[in-house]
Amino acid sequence: MIESYPLRQIIDDEGNLIDSNNRDLINRELVQKAYFNMYRIRTFDKKAKSLQRQGRIGTYPPFEGQEAAQVGSALALGENDWIFPTYRDHGAMLTYGADMTRTFLYWNGRMEGCVPPEGKHIFPAAVPIATQLLHAVGASWAEKRKGTNAIAIAYFGDGATSEGDFHEGLNFASVFQTPTIFFNQNNGYAISVPFERQTNSKTIAQKGVAYDIPSVRVDGNDFFAVYFEMQKAVKRARTGGGPSLIEAVTWRTGAHTTADDPTKYRPEGLGEDVVDPLVRLERFMKNAEYWDEAFITTTHVEVEEEVEAAVKAMEDYPAPRVEDLFDYVFAELPEQLKKQKASYLQLLGGQ
Amino acid sequence: MTTEYTKLDTATKSLTLIQAINEGMETVLEQDPSTLILGEDVGKNGGVFRATDGLQEKFGEDRVIDTPLSESGIIGTSVGLAVNGFKPIAEIQFMGFIYPAYDQIMTHVSRIRMRTMGRYSVPMVIRAPFGAGVRAPEIHSDSAESLFTHMPGIKVVCPATPVDAKGLLIAAVNDPDPVLYMEPMHSYRAFREEVPVESYTVEIGKGKIRKEGEDVTLITWGAMVPIVEKVARQADAKGISCEVIDLRTLYPIDQEIISESVQKTGRAVIIHEAPGTGGLGNDVVSIINDTSFLYLKAPTERVTGFDVPVPFFSLEKHYLPTPERIFKSIEKVTNF
Repeated sequence: MIESYPLRQIIDDEGNLIDSNNRDLINRELVQKAYFNMYRIRTFDKKAKSLQRQGRIGTYPPFEGQEAAQVGSALALGENDWIFPTYRDHGAMLTYGADMTRTFLYWNGRMEGCVPPEGKHIFPAAVPIATQLLHAVGASWAEKRKGTNAIAIAYFGDGATSEGDFHEGLNFASVFQTPTIFFNQNNGYAISVPFERQTNSKTIAQKGVAYDIPSVRVDGNDFFAVYFEMQKAVKRARTGGGPSLIEAVTWRTGAHTTADDPTKYRPEGLGEDVVDPLVRLERFMKNAEYWDEAFITTTHVEVEEEVEAAVKAMEDYPAPRVEDLFDYVFAELPEQLKKQKASYLQLLGGQ
Repeated sequence: MTTEYTKLDTATKSLTLIQAINEGMETVLEQDPSTLILGEDVGKNGGVFRATDGLQEKFGEDRVIDTPLSESGIIGTSVGLAVNGFKPIAEIQFMGFIYPAYDQIMTHVSRIRMRTMGRYSVPMVIRAPFGAGVRAPEIHSDSAESLFTHMPGIKVVCPATPVDAKGLLIAAVNDPDPVLYMEPMHSYRAFREEVPVESYTVEIGKGKIRKEGEDVTLITWGAMVPIVEKVARQADAKGISCEVIDLRTLYPIDQEIISESVQKTGRAVIIHEAPGTGGLGNDVVSIINDTSFLYLKAPTERVTGFDVPVPFFSLEKHYLPTPERIFKSIEKVTNF
């Protein structure tokens, strides 16, 4: 089966173009967008880990190593599309337009972190596994019913493919031919359980066959491969071709979250041969004469300023209102909640 | 225009409960083009109980949608549809089959408004026939209301009569929040009532006094309502005047109707099909405790299903609260 799903690549680990015919697909604007966004989310991720260690935010699930997959997929989307991410996809969310201050706020236990900018369809990160695939099917089904050409993308990991909702999502999408992209980041581990124990299938892409959903297996650390395969899936969805499944094979460099230690469950040395996606892009930029010191310096300065400003804004953010505990459960507070709220606020006021 | 039922003076039709549900859905499909019906066998077959009979014919396959056999799929896709402008009425064929969708309801349907501070909401109605007494196969007779009344962020309604069935269905569809709409299977075709032809709502969160009385308050819902009313009339004949409250909404519960009645009678018996431990009856006891403790002349009694899985139907009459058990509790609170 694995032969039927060769890993699609555009550049190799050394940053060389594999097929020179693809040279014209790539231009300076795309390369710089890729670099900017990958560097940006890498910097965010590093900062988040550091803040967690200092006790300035809560538990955090790093996405380091998955930047090409997240940026490559998010950049292929259009303005009016919907994204349904997981808790490890804040890189994709930031690339698609989520606010960085609010993203830090999310990891600092604040509901404000789930509120997307006005007009941006960014669903809050799914914490249960695979549930969001069905939401993406529903939201894109709604777009199809409205007659727009907007689509939805669901992000999920390798572990999610063992859940019932993965299969129910693919099945619904196929039956109703919804414009949905199922974007899998196979990062090798679901917390401590390796891919080989998650499924006896050699690939995730092959799971599309059962649902008659076109699927591909792509090198998830190759920005261009992800981006171009996403473009094909996006086009298919927008033009009435229905859903697609993309398996982006990548590697979770770090822990599942800041609360676990991967040396406990990952054999020593495993993954050491994986070339960091950002390094790979840098090599390509140098090889293909896209390297521009001025651009790199500007990007670094700009991103570092943005991240520092977002951290400051997160830490200066007004404290949560106790009322927020009650006010958003229903459109209008039921009597018993009104009473609970009033009595608790009175108690607090009396202190 | 949709008016409150109490303000109606209009033409009526004699309908069973299930016909009234069908009419309610027909009304909202006509009124609101964003409404959709999704479920297993709801289209061509018109539902296994015929709740959606004729609706696909009238509104098309695009609005009355036969889905794959996939409860989590029905609710999960309804979340996406609801967040993007549609109002799904999702049918779960039997409440005993809602469990695969429980994750979607618990972790998403009930929380999206709060998680996003109101940016996203998922107005939807989840219909589910429930309850025992119809000699159904295993798992088809569960009463799982307390799994949902315990779940913050979703409303739970349970009509007992055709008039309430139509009015609550329309109110549930119009509600900005998700509503679980529980249908007492045993009452689907048990009796008829004159139901207004036009559109109307029955307010969510309001119970109803089915019968007035002075000595004991009987509190119940769903298919137990007609049974409790009958016991109440028999008790009257024996000199114990019983008031019957049909809660109609199980969350948010109507605390006032309970406290006003119990403060008048001083005695209460709560009757429900679901097992007693963790059952909604305990919340009613708490409401009585909080609001009316000093009015009580006797400890409140509960007559409920036993703490066992709903049995095979050969034993279901022993599982369900029987008139004998209900009457014994009425006597117990009266003679305390």
